[in-house]
Amino acid sequence: MKMLMNVPESVVADALRGMAAAHPELVVDVDGRVVVRRDAPVSGKVALVSGGGSGHEPLHGGFVGPGMLDAACPGEVFTSPVPDQMVRAAAAVDSGQGVLFIVKNYTGDVLNFRMAAELAEDEGVQVASVLVDDDVAVTDSTFTAGRRGTGATLFVEKIAGAAAEEGQPLERVEAVARQVVQSSRSFGVALSACTTPSKGTPTFDLPAGELELGIGIHGEPGRERRPMMTSGEIADASVDAVLDDWQPRGPVLALVNGMGATPLLELYGFNAEVQRVLGERGVSVARTLVGNYVTSLDMAGCSVTLCQADEELLRLYDAPVQTPGLRWGR
Amino acid sequence: MQAAAARVDREADRLTELDSPIGDADHGSNLKRGFTSVAKALETDPPVTPGAVLTTAGRQLISTVGGASGPLYGTLLRRTGKALGDAPGVTAEELQAALRGGVEAVAQLGASAVGDKTMLDALDPAVEALGTSFAAAAEAAEKGAVDTTPLQARKGRASYLGERSIGHQDPGATSAALLFAALAEVTA
Repeated sequence: MKMLMNVPESVVADALRGMAAAHPELVVDVDGRVVVRRDAPVSGKVALVSGGGSGHEPLHGGFVGPGMLDAACPGEVFTSPVPDQMVRAAAAVDSGQGVLFIVKNYTGDVLNFRMAAELAEDEGVQVASVLVDDDVAVTDSTFTAGRRGTGATLFVEKIAGAAAEEGQPLERVEAVARQVVQSSRSFGVALSACTTPSKGTPTFDLPAGELELGIGIHGEPGRERRPMMTSGEIADASVDAVLDDWQPRGPVLALVNGMGATPLLELYGFNAEVQRVLGERGVSVARTLVGNYVTSLDMAGCSVTLCQADEELLRLYDAPVQTPGLRWGR
Repeated sequence: MQAAAARVDREADRLTELDSPIGDADHGSNLKRGFTSVAKALETDPPVTPGAVLTTAGRQLISTVGGASGPLYGTLLRRTGKALGDAPGVTAEELQAALRGGVEAVAQLGASAVGDKTMLDALDPAVEALGTSFAAAAEAAEKGAVDTTPLQARKGRASYLGERSIGHQDPGATSAALLFAALAEVTA
């Protein structure tokens, strides 16, 4: 496997150094592994902190900036960050209005953020946490760690970020974030496995003629393997998996997300099919975002996330945002 | 702890290999990073009591490992170390009682039980067997780890595989067995 890297041990630090060079509007603490917007703490504003394993870029460091996150903590590749990083981030961005931790439902992220919340509160920072668990591929939460947090993380960070930016208090920002989680569902498909730098070979074996339905974002296999399907068939399977779980009442935000190694040519084609299926199922789409946002290293494949949007969520979604990975409206 | 670090270092690739089909292929490299830093911390500023060695090691793991294994192993060692207190020496019985508390804290933090295909499947029998000897504890941990193979995972990332997690030995139970093997080695 060929990778653009020096040694596996330094990939995260090297990426952060490069990110710092490209984005002077961010403060990147390479050793402390924290990315902070340069104007933080923003007076009178609730701060948003998220983080998780590296390898999902632009999530989360790429979503730091006005209108979205105040800080992000990148862990090692596919490994959650440690509490020290989150406490450091919270201290750097808290303006006294409190901090919202946005946590994806993976055991490591949950445990480390829980420890960090306790430590930060010991230091006098008011912390609220919201757990993102949107992945409908995980059906039985009695016998699993519960639904994984995937594509909806972008909607939560964007919409709660906008609420914080306009000065809403911590309880309100937290409530908006929770509403987005409850209104969102995702389903992902892999056409190839991904390769972590430390292992150097694909994390699971996926033959050329097959695809994996219901994947998460860490190269873990999904719930079902099938012979390769057309873009239209994948759109049918993905959207139906979401709608079998939950029927949105009213228009949705749609995220058609690439897993890292699928070109936009394919993603736009796939989006055409997703829009067709949604139309056939009577779901109206208010906004669509297509691109590589919540990725899984070099995995080929895609995911679909739908978020039921009322007028307030739509307004917050449309609000200006200025980050390396997401930018509009100013 | 130095023996544990050496063993984790030696077996890191195997742990990562075990983590590959049912997890995300980083258990070995994560623990290696953690225990390397534990060994360094204990060398730089050697604690004087067994309890302090364990709490320092636990804190170090929480600060460096990440993932689920960082907080879980960190909690195991910290809780055990705290229970040992400032005593200059520790008997096998005292260690067993302290470890039992540590294992309970791990079960509580991870909201898991024996049979879920996690590190508990090695830790729990090992602590029980500690009443006999350190060698027996190491053996019980190893057996517990091997016995996770036919189980279906109910916690952690492997749980997402459902029935497909059956037939793979749990990497967390395997690393727990390594730690008890190190303990048996240094007390032999």
